[in-house]
Amino acid sequence: MSNPSPAQVATPDLDMSRTMPSGAKPMIRFSGICKAFGSLVVLDDLDLDIAPAEKVALIGPSGSGKSTLLRVLMTLERPDKGSIEIDGAPLWHMPKNGGLVPADGRHLREMRKNVGMVFQQFNLFPHMSVLRNVTEAPVHVLGIDKDEADARARDLLDMVGLRDKVNHYPAQLSGGQQQRVAIARALAMRPRVMLFDEVTSALDPETVGEVLSVIRDLAHEHNLTMLMVTHQMGFAREFADRVCFFYQGRILEQGPPDRLFNDPQNERTQAFLRAVLES
Amino acid sequence: MFLPIEFYGNLLQGALITIQITAMAGVLAFVCALVAGLARMSSWRPVRWTAVTYVEFFRGTSALVQLFWLFYALPLFGLSLSPMTVAVLGLGLHIGAYGAEVVRSAVLAIPRGQHEAALALNMSPALAMRRVILPQAVVAMLPPFNNLMIELLKATALVSLITITDLTFQGQLLNTATLKTAPIFMAVLVFYFLIALGITSVFRTLERRLSVGRLKGMAR
Amino acid sequence: MIWDWDYALEVLPKLLDALIVTVQAALVGFVIALVLGMLIALARRSGRLWLSVPVGALAEFIRSTPLLVQLYFLFFVLPGFGIQTSPFITGVIGLGVHYATYTAEVYRAGLDAVPRGQWEAAWALDFSPLHTFRSIILPQALPPVVPVLGNYLIAIFKDTPLLSAITVLEMMQVAKIEGSETFQYLEPLTIVGLLFLIVSLISAVLIGRLENHLGVLRRI
Repeated sequence: MSNPSPAQVATPDLDMSRTMPSGAKPMIRFSGICKAFGSLVVLDDLDLDIAPAEKVALIGPSGSGKSTLLRVLMTLERPDKGSIEIDGAPLWHMPKNGGLVPADGRHLREMRKNVGMVFQQFNLFPHMSVLRNVTEAPVHVLGIDKDEADARARDLLDMVGLRDKVNHYPAQLSGGQQQRVAIARALAMRPRVMLFDEVTSALDPETVGEVLSVIRDLAHEHNLTMLMVTHQMGFAREFADRVCFFYQGRILEQGPPDRLFNDPQNERTQAFLRAVLES
Repeated sequence: MFLPIEFYGNLLQGALITIQITAMAGVLAFVCALVAGLARMSSWRPVRWTAVTYVEFFRGTSALVQLFWLFYALPLFGLSLSPMTVAVLGLGLHIGAYGAEVVRSAVLAIPRGQHEAALALNMSPALAMRRVILPQAVVAMLPPFNNLMIELLKATALVSLITITDLTFQGQLLNTATLKTAPIFMAVLVFYFLIALGITSVFRTLERRLSVGRLKGMAR
Repeated sequence: MIWDWDYALEVLPKLLDALIVTVQAALVGFVIALVLGMLIALARRSGRLWLSVPVGALAEFIRSTPLLVQLYFLFFVLPGFGIQTSPFITGVIGLGVHYATYTAEVYRAGLDAVPRGQWEAAWALDFSPLHTFRSIILPQALPPVVPVLGNYLIAIFKDTPLLSAITVLEMMQVAKIEGSETFQYLEPLTIVGLLFLIVSLISAVLIGRLENHLGVLRRI
């Protein structure tokens, strides 16, 4: 696995793909990320910087690599090449004897504390009540006192509008309610970065709104860095500080939502937006 | 055709031994199944191979051969076990080898999303297995384990061939003493059938308890 | 050293002869199980309660009770009804009937897996039920379950040592006789175990090949 040379890391300004509010130190930095499944290249030498508290929407056709980018950041997939830094610390590598070596489980666990994720399929634990879904990891991973975790879980469930469902099981909830529990569950770990992977794609149309409104509130109230893979262009426009258009494992175009949606420069972006907005 | 009432006492005694062996070997089988089933999925090769060897060996040879070997051959290595120990050990290991496959397939059937959610919540693999994966897998294990317990119950009849006075042995004793062959063996079979029904009802109750309020349609 | 090579080589040919008996018993028992199992499956699906309920109950009863006791029952009771057969015949009937209750379940799963539309299409073409079943349904239902049936052949094979209890001279019986004559059980019993292991493993590999060949899942 190749590590970025210092020169590479220090020259973000010259690189179009690293467009980020200038002057800030990146919260997340992807450098030269490559990932292939067999012969299928999903991420192709991808660079991207995300500023602290920035809200970034990742759009593009399916298979263009946007979900995979979230998954390598969540350590669900190991990149074939390249490096990721979270707040300056390498994710898939760790310092040892003055150099960088592939990270071990302990380092990954330490780094993962920074990141939370919400999945397309919710992935709630079906054998646990809503409350236990939210308290399980804080109690058993972070070692928080059970009463404290309970109280905090109730606050979070209140925030997502599910205070009265604490004792229900996931199977008794609608998709939208399950997804809101999943958001509360991820937040309970107090991550600095939240990843949303097509969180409304599996929902019935009438419950999409309630989930988006929770994410909207989160974007306003919290100092969270948020990355969101979405097909909801309207929501991306209102939520994001920056929109990245993915195509074949690369970011072809990015910029503030107004510019990207109103005046896309790249031919493929134009074609994609036309197709999506027409449907 | 019916067996005179005074013989039921003997059969009942035998049935108690049968139930006892079934219960003890069942517990051993469950432990072996869990350990070997999980070990087969270990990322550590020697552990995996040990488990595979155990499973293939005990599934590849006959239960009776295993019992006889433990009973007749083991003493030659200076290890003399009581017939009861041989019965529990032999049958427990035998059924446990089949159970290992049940555990493995139940764990593998848990959707990948559950592993990913556990990882995203920063659970260690052991914690995720213990609190997220296994509790769900156990529910899926119950019906096949029910079948295995019936197989175990049936296999306990073999212990009569290593001098244990179980239900089958009592039946044979009565048979030689009275020669009322048909009613005796019919009564023995009915006893086994009733025990099997008992096992199944225990498992049904467990299934109901463990899946209460949940799993109606697993989180999609 | 406890292991006596001379003795082992002396009993090996006798055990190999007995292996032939064992394989014969397993094969004949398997054929009975295949045919009878299909009849049971058809009876249970017939929709005629007077047929499906008693057959289903009897199959459940046989499947839940030990083969060993069923063998005793046949061995001691059949002559009482004037049916004189050799222990071998009694043994393979016992094996066949017992495992027919398993193959019936396999057939049932295979038949259930054929979509209803196939029956309806055949009705629409005015095929007779028999013709539909033989030419349309069976050819679709059978191939997927062939490997499962193969696994039951192995299971029957591994249960043949039980025939030793009714004096059939299969491997286990020969091993026991040899052992009791010399008081050396280790060698014959170990060889029997190894022979079982070898035959089971080879069969498992062959079934795996067959399975790949048919391109279907092992378990229905």
